[in-house]
Amino acid sequence: MTGRRVLVAMSGGVDSSVTAALLQEQGYEVIGATMQLWSDCLPHSEAESGCCSISAVEDARRVATRLGIPYYVFNMADAFTTAVVDRFADAYLNGLTPNPCLLCNRDLKFGLFLDKARELDCDFIATGHYARVWFDDARKRYCLGKGKDTGKDQSYALYMLTQEQLAHTLLPLGDLNKQDTRRIAARYGLQVAQKKESQEICFVPNNNYREFMEQYRPGSAKPGPIVNLEGDVLGTHTGLANYTIGQRKGLGIGGGKPHFVVRLEVDRNAVVVGAAADVYQTSCRAEDVNWIAVPDLDAPLQVDAKIRYRVEPAQAVINLEADGRVVTRFLRPQRAVTPGQAVVWYQDDVVIGGGIITR
Amino acid sequence: MTEMQAQESVYLDHAATTPLRPQALEAMLPYLKEHYGNPSAVYALGRTVRAQLDACRDRMAAILRCQPGELYFTSGGTEAINLALHGYARAHRDQGRHLLVSAIEHHAVLHAAKALADEGFEVEEIPVDRYGRVHVDEVAGRLRKDTLLVAVMHANNEIGTIQPIAELGKLCQDHRVALHVDAVQTAGHLSLMDLDHAAFISISAHKFGGPKGVGALVARRGRRLLPILYGGGQERELRAGTENVPCIVGMTVALESAHAELAGEESRLRRLAQDLRNRLSRIPGTVFNSRPELCLPHIVNVCFEEISGESLLYLLDRAGIAAASGSACSAGSTLVSHVLLAMGLPRTLAAGALRLSLGYSSTEEDIARLMPVLQACVERLRR
Repeated sequence: MTGRRVLVAMSGGVDSSVTAALLQEQGYEVIGATMQLWSDCLPHSEAESGCCSISAVEDARRVATRLGIPYYVFNMADAFTTAVVDRFADAYLNGLTPNPCLLCNRDLKFGLFLDKARELDCDFIATGHYARVWFDDARKRYCLGKGKDTGKDQSYALYMLTQEQLAHTLLPLGDLNKQDTRRIAARYGLQVAQKKESQEICFVPNNNYREFMEQYRPGSAKPGPIVNLEGDVLGTHTGLANYTIGQRKGLGIGGGKPHFVVRLEVDRNAVVVGAAADVYQTSCRAEDVNWIAVPDLDAPLQVDAKIRYRVEPAQAVINLEADGRVVTRFLRPQRAVTPGQAVVWYQDDVVIGGGIITR
Repeated sequence: MTEMQAQESVYLDHAATTPLRPQALEAMLPYLKEHYGNPSAVYALGRTVRAQLDACRDRMAAILRCQPGELYFTSGGTEAINLALHGYARAHRDQGRHLLVSAIEHHAVLHAAKALADEGFEVEEIPVDRYGRVHVDEVAGRLRKDTLLVAVMHANNEIGTIQPIAELGKLCQDHRVALHVDAVQTAGHLSLMDLDHAAFISISAHKFGGPKGVGALVARRGRRLLPILYGGGQERELRAGTENVPCIVGMTVALESAHAELAGEESRLRRLAQDLRNRLSRIPGTVFNSRPELCLPHIVNVCFEEISGESLLYLLDRAGIAAASGSACSAGSTLVSHVLLAMGLPRTLAAGALRLSLGYSSTEEDIARLMPVLQACVERLRR
């Protein structure tokens, strides 16, 4: 075994294409692969933004041909349905606002895909994430850090990677910014160089969650009361899955000062609303915690906590609770801390760890 | 190592496609060069080509045991199947709406039938036994007054199981129901004598050493069809579009060659396949998905317990060996075979399927080169 063979997760987009090109340049033996995640039973998006659409496979195959590397497609539709889409739908029905990309990263990209890489005698997998992985001699651990292009940083989405997964992961774009990536793509004559960014969730057509849930879990939307913090019923909601914390529009209750969604209560199927100030929280709890830069948390730690993909980290202190959950206490109250999303803790640019927000 | 690096390859996927027979290529070349006339044209350049087209129709009809007027050239097996199913169902929609389709048909049949179901026809599946065989009484028991058509393939493309077509043909004839036989895997490999009572026969040239992009439908006289392509009225107004003359010439020559060699090749391939089965059975946890005596001479389908067929294919590819799992989807990934599932195999075992298919270019050397690699790959994946 050479120790230099890598399986690159290719989506046909510019980032993963440049990832493959760079690793080839660095002397790795590169094999390209795309995970086919849709299946006929899913109402998958025909839009070209979907990271695993049929056109994505076509694009990735062309890039692989251009680079002269072998290219395979793995059918992971079944696993994707159970590990990501079902859990996404379940979480919504449980009053959470899930992030399916986190589930996909943990169980598919860095789970099944890594298994496939091992089966193909590859030593590493690589993705086009803007984040950095290195072995830290002082900490004696594999570490994960923000990408050099902090505007593109995707370390948040990788907080769940284990030491074992990090040891077999290459993220060559971590040291680049997006312009570098586009320039390299152009240098290699990769046609994807001008392709537009994909931000939507690949299996939710047009980002329309309500329509998706109606199709995927027909009849699951149970109308119920919209109540204020005092318990007064102000209106009727169309099903918990249609609401998220901090939401103001579309509540259908007029008059007086504006109402914001403060929390979703599954037990009494209620959307709880309050004033703008009620959407702020001074702390949150997290479960399913994964530690990266530290083996465990033995004392309170000062961190910067990021509670959503697109939000600036906020100063906080984290502490381990007796039940194994981690409580994050923010220096300044944070708006719309949303159960189901991940909270990821940083010190400078290094990911300490993260977990899923419970409340 | 890059994709461009030359490697000695072993080709064991003849059921997917075959290399073009040299004599077919030779015969095609003049029709790609000097004989370029449109066969519908009135001048000499067109007439020459038209004469060749007529001759090809006669020669193919002789082998397919039909009248030249019953043979329609198409762009391949898929088009022939679609023309038969859609053309027949739509032409007879006032006489019935029930279609019987075996569970292990190729997707060309299954998806064409599904499209008819979306149009309001009723499509019923015929089950198969654990060896992938359709039983005549399973069909007889499902025939209704409004049954228009029965679709059962001559032999399955994944497992090679041969179906009782002669008996089914008689049954359908007795009940005045049209039988469509997908003979894509058998034309050029088996005698087509059993298909004499079939109303429709679909074939594809590239499965017997002909070029890709050409095939044919046999539609018995009196079986009225509506076209699925409209245009210039070629093929007696049933398949519009200028005839693909070079490929039709290549298909004719390839079918004649295959047919001439048929008896010798059948026993040679059976011996090779038996040798392959013997060696495969020495790998622990090997499950054979068809019985040799029920099966096409050139297809061997096995499952290896505890491994993913997908990974096995990729490892074999890295070693220069071309093989297949169940059926490839257009994206290039593998699907768990609907054929193996219909035979009752558990999903996990079916996912480990490997199809090795031999052809006129296969040799003992191919099998000798395959076996150590395959053995190593299976062991690797079980580690």
